[in-house]
Amino acid sequence: MSESQIIVPASAEIPTLRRRSFLTGLGGLTLSAAAVAMLAGKESLAAGTSGNAEADVNILAGALAAEQEAIAAYQLGAESGLLQKPVLDLAVTFQGHHKEHADVLASTISKLGGKPAKAKSSYDFPVEKLKSQRDVLEFAAGLEKGAVSAYLGAVPLFDNRDLATAAASILGDEAMHWAVLRQALGLAPVPSAFVS
Amino acid sequence: MRDRVIARRPPSRLRGGGLRQAGAAAVLALLLTGAGSASAGAEPDGEKIYQRCFACHSVERNRTGPRHCGLNGRAAGSVEGYNYSKAMRNSHIVWNKETLDAFLANPRAAVPGTIMAYAGVKKESERAALVDWLLALPPCE
Ligand code: HEC
Repeated sequence: MSESQIIVPASAEIPTLRRRSFLTGLGGLTLSAAAVAMLAGKESLAAGTSGNAEADVNILAGALAAEQEAIAAYQLGAESGLLQKPVLDLAVTFQGHHKEHADVLASTISKLGGKPAKAKSSYDFPVEKLKSQRDVLEFAAGLEKGAVSAYLGAVPLFDNRDLATAAASILGDEAMHWAVLRQALGLAPVPSAFVS
Repeated sequence: MRDRVIARRPPSRLRGGGLRQAGAAAVLALLLTGAGSASAGAEPDGEKIYQRCFACHSVERNRTGPRHCGLNGRAAGSVEGYNYSKAMRNSHIVWNKETLDAFLANPRAAVPGTIMAYAGVKKESERAALVDWLLALPPCE
C-alpha cells in the first residue's frame, strides 16, 4: 500500500482532526471521571455486594492484562518513527485512554481484595511485520477490535452489574478507537450495525 | 429454532425481569445465536471470527491466553511456558471438534474455574467455522 493511502482521504481529514481535539480537550476527562465514579468510587464494591467477587476479579484481571498490552503496543507504535502527525497524536490520545482504563481496572481489583498484576516488562509483538504507518494502524485496529470483542464477552459474566456497566463504558471507548483507526486506514469506519 | 434459543438461556437471566424484559432478552438471544436476520447471507469465516480472540490470543505467541498453534489433539493446559489455571490443567480435556465446540460455546460452564473470561461464541455456525479453523492450525514452530 502506498504511503498516501495511509493518511485519511482529504475529505475525511478535517472532521477527524476536529474530533480529535474535542476528544483530548473534553471527552477524555469526562469519560474518566464517569468511569472512576462507576468503578473505583463505588462503596458497594468494597462491601462486596454479592456472591462472586473472586470471579469478577478474574475477569477484571484479564481486561487489565489486555489494556496493559495495548498501552505497550501504542508505545511501540509511537516510538517506531513510522507514525506521522496527525496519526501520531491519535495514537498518543488512545494510549492515554488505555492508561485510564488500566488504572481504573487496577484500583477496582484492589478494592475487591485482589492484587492487580503489573504490566509485563516486554511484550512479544510482531515487530518484524510493522514496516509502515499502515502496518502500525492495522495492528492497532486489530487490537482495538479484539478489545471490543473481549469486553463484549466479559460484560455478561460479571456478577456485579456495576462492573458490567463500567466494562460496557470501556467497550464504547475502544469501539470509537477502532472506528477512527479504520477511518485512518481508508476503510468504512463502522462496518456493521453490531459488534461481535 | 426460536424455542431452542429461548430454552438455552439460563432461567436466571430472565428472573425478576417481567414479561417485557423476557421479551427483550429473547430478541437479543435470537440476534446473538444467529436466528436473527443479521446472520442471513455469507458463510462465517473462521479466521475472521478468530479476530474476537485477538485481545488475548495469537496463533504463534503466548499472550494473556496461550498460543493456539498445534491445538488439534493437544491436551488442555499443556502449552509450555504458559501459566494456566488449575481448572484447565486438571480438566483432562483433549482438544478436538467436540471439546472445542463445548468449550467455546460456554467456557466457564465447560471448564468451571477457568480464567478465560469470555462468554463464548454463541452462534452455532460461527462456532463451527471457528473450531474448524483452529483445528487446521499448523503445529508450533
Ligand atoms: C479475555 C481474554 C481472552 C479472550 C478474549 C479469549 N481467551 Fe481463550 N484463553 C484465555 C485464557 C486466560 C486462557 C487460559 C485459561 C485457563 O488457564 O483457565 C485461555 C484458554 C483458551 C483455550 C485452551 C488452550 C489450551 O492450551 O488448553 C482455548 C482453546 C481458547 N482459549 C480459545 C479461545 C478462542 C477461540 C477465543 C475467541 C473466541 C478466546 N479463547 C478468547 C483468555 C482469553
